[in-house]
Amino acid sequence: MAAAIEVRDLVKTYGPARAVDGVSFSIDEGEVFAFLGPNGAGKTTTIEILEGHRERTSGEVSVLGFDPATGGRKMRDRFGIVLQSSGIDRELTVREVLDLYRSAYTHRRPVDEVIGMVGLEGKADDRVATLSGGQKRRVDLALGLVGDPDLIFLDEPTTGFDPGARRRSWELIDNLAGLGRTVVLTTHYLDEAEHLANRVAVLNGGRIVAAGTPAELRDAASTETSITFRLPTVDSPLGDLLGSLTGRVTGRSREIEIVTPAPTADLAHITSWAVRRGIELEGLTVSKGDLEDAYLGLLADEQTDVE
Amino acid sequence: MNERVPVIPMLWRQTRAQNRAFWRVPIGAFFTLGLPLIMLVLFVALFGNDTLDSTYGNIKTAQFYAPGLAVFAAASATYTNIGMNLSMRRDEGILKRVRGTPLPPWIYLAGVVLSGVWIALVSTVVMMGIGVFAYDVNIEAAKMPAAALSFLVGTITFALLGVALAAVAKSASAAPGIANSTILPLAFVSQVFISLGESRDVPGWLNLVGNIFPLKHFALSFGQAMSPFSKAPAFEWGHLGVMAIWAAIGGLVAWRKFGWDPVPGASSRRARRANRAAVG
Ligand SMILES: Nc1ncnc2c1ncn2[C@@H]1O[C@H](COP(=O)(O)OP(=O)(O)OP(=O)(O)O)[C@@H](O)[C@H]1O
Ligand SMILES: [Mg+2]
Repeated sequence: MAAAIEVRDLVKTYGPARAVDGVSFSIDEGEVFAFLGPNGAGKTTTIEILEGHRERTSGEVSVLGFDPATGGRKMRDRFGIVLQSSGIDRELTVREVLDLYRSAYTHRRPVDEVIGMVGLEGKADDRVATLSGGQKRRVDLALGLVGDPDLIFLDEPTTGFDPGARRRSWELIDNLAGLGRTVVLTTHYLDEAEHLANRVAVLNGGRIVAAGTPAELRDAASTETSITFRLPTVDSPLGDLLGSLTGRVTGRSREIEIVTPAPTADLAHITSWAVRRGIELEGLTVSKGDLEDAYLGLLADEQTDVE
Repeated sequence: MNERVPVIPMLWRQTRAQNRAFWRVPIGAFFTLGLPLIMLVLFVALFGNDTLDSTYGNIKTAQFYAPGLAVFAAASATYTNIGMNLSMRRDEGILKRVRGTPLPPWIYLAGVVLSGVWIALVSTVVMMGIGVFAYDVNIEAAKMPAAALSFLVGTITFALLGVALAAVAKSASAAPGIANSTILPLAFVSQVFISLGESRDVPGWLNLVGNIFPLKHFALSFGQAMSPFSKAPAFEWGHLGVMAIWAAIGGLVAWRKFGWDPVPGASSRRARRANRAAVG
C-alpha cells in the first residue's frame, strides 16, 4: 500500500525548547494512526506541521505527495482538519456554518448527511453560540467531514463527548477507514486508540518512545497477567495459599489481586485451594494488562531513564 | 481538482455570511450605526437646525452635520468593525480554521472588506435618509456620482486599514484600544463633527494632522458632494488621491503582516494569568 504520510527526522524548536525532537514515521493510505503521549509531548505540534498550520524547523515531510509547508489549496482540498481547539462562527447556525465551509471544497458531502453523521439533527438550525461544549465539538468534527476528505486529522476529537457520542464517533471513524480514508488522530483515551487505530505511536518529550499495533505495545510492555477475585468473608484464611504463589498479591478487604508472570500455575493453586476449602470465589477473572497499563508502564520507564 | 476558482460565488457566500454574523450581534450594530445617529440627533438638539439664508436658498445646519456623521459611521463600519472582528476571530481560532480549508485566503478577506462596505452603505443611507426626512437636508442628483465615488474609495480605504489594524494588533483585547485611540481623536481634526470648521481658527499643526490622515479627505470629498455651495459634479480628485494612497498602505501592511493563527500569550491579561496558574 502507498504511504499517505512520510516523515523523516522532523524537528520543531521554540527557542531553546525542542517541541518535536527528531521524529520519523510513515502512515499508509487507509490506515488509522494514533498519537498518544502526555500533555506537552508534541502531538499537536506534529499533527499541525502535517496539516500545514506550522512550519517545521527541519526534517522531511510528505503528505499525500505534498510538502505541507507549500501544498496550498490543492492539498487542503483533500484534507479534513479537526483542531484541538478552535472557535466556530458563533452567530451562525450549525447548518449555515457547514454550508459555508463546505462551499470551498471540490468534493462535498451533503450538509444533512454530515449533520446526521455527528448526530446533530435536532440542533441543525440553532446558533452555534447556544450549543453545549460537546455539541460544539461535534460541529468541529462535522466541519472536518464536509469536504469529503481523503485524509482526516483529528486532534483529540472526542474530548468532551458523552459515552454515547464517543461510541458513535468511533463508528464514524471506522466507517471512514472502511472507505479507504486515512485517519491521523491524537487522543488521551487509551481505549479509543485501542479500538480505532491500526498503529499507535507514543510520544514523550518530542520523541517517539514506542510504536506499533496496540497489541504489540501491550505485549512488549506487560508480560504479566492479573488474577482478581473476591473472598466470601474478610477473614478467610489465605495464609497457606500465599506461600505457593509466584505472583505479587495485593488486597483490600475482600478484593484480592495477584499480578503474576506464571498465571497458569498460580491459577491452579488458587482454584485448588478454594475447592479444598469449599469456597466460591466471586468475580474470578484472569486478564492481561490493557493498553493503558502498557502505556503507563512505558512512561514510567521513560521517567526513570530521564532521571 | 479544477484549477479555476469560482471567485464570484465564493466571494458572495463569504460576504453574505459576514453580513449575517454582523447583524445578529445587536450591540455591534448599535455601536456602528446607532451611535452616529444619536450624535446627529444630539447635534441638532444642542446646536439647533437653523435655517441659513443665502444666495443658494434656504439651508439647514443639519445639511453639514449629516454628511460628516455619515462618513464617521462609514469609517466605524469598516475600520473599527473589521479591525475588531478580525482580531477577535483570530483569537478564537476561526481564522486558523479557515486557513485549513481550500478557501483562498484573499477571498475570505475580500468578503470581510465587502461586508464592511455594505454595512457602511446601510449606515450612510440611513444617516442621510434621516437627514433628508427629519431635518430637511437637501440632496442633489447631479452630485450623487461624486458622493458614490467618495463613499466607495473611502470605505475601501478604511476597510483595508481595518485589515491592517487586525494585522498589527496582536490580540482581540488590543484591537479596540488601537481602533478608538486612532479614529476618535482623528475625527475631531477631520471635519467630521464640525463641518463648518474650515473657516474657524484651527491650530496649524492640527490642520496638518488632519491633512495627513485619510478621514478628513473622506469627510471633505463626501461633504462636497452633499454641500449646497459646491458645483456639480463635485468630484474631489485630490482628496480621493490621498485616500487611495492610504488604501495602498493599508493593503501593503495587511499583505505583509496579516497572521491567521492566534498569537500565543498575546491574549488578555486574564488568559495570561490563567495560563501561568495552570503551568506553575
Ligand atoms: N507556539 C508555541 N510557542 C512556544 N512553545 C510551544 C508552542 N506550541 C507548543 N509549544 C510547546 O511545545 C510542546 C509540545 O506542545 P504540544 O501542543 O504539541 O503538546 P501536545 O502533545 O499536543 O499536548 P496536549 O496533550 O496537552 O495537547 C509543549 O512543551 C509546548 O509548551
Ligand atoms: Mg495537543
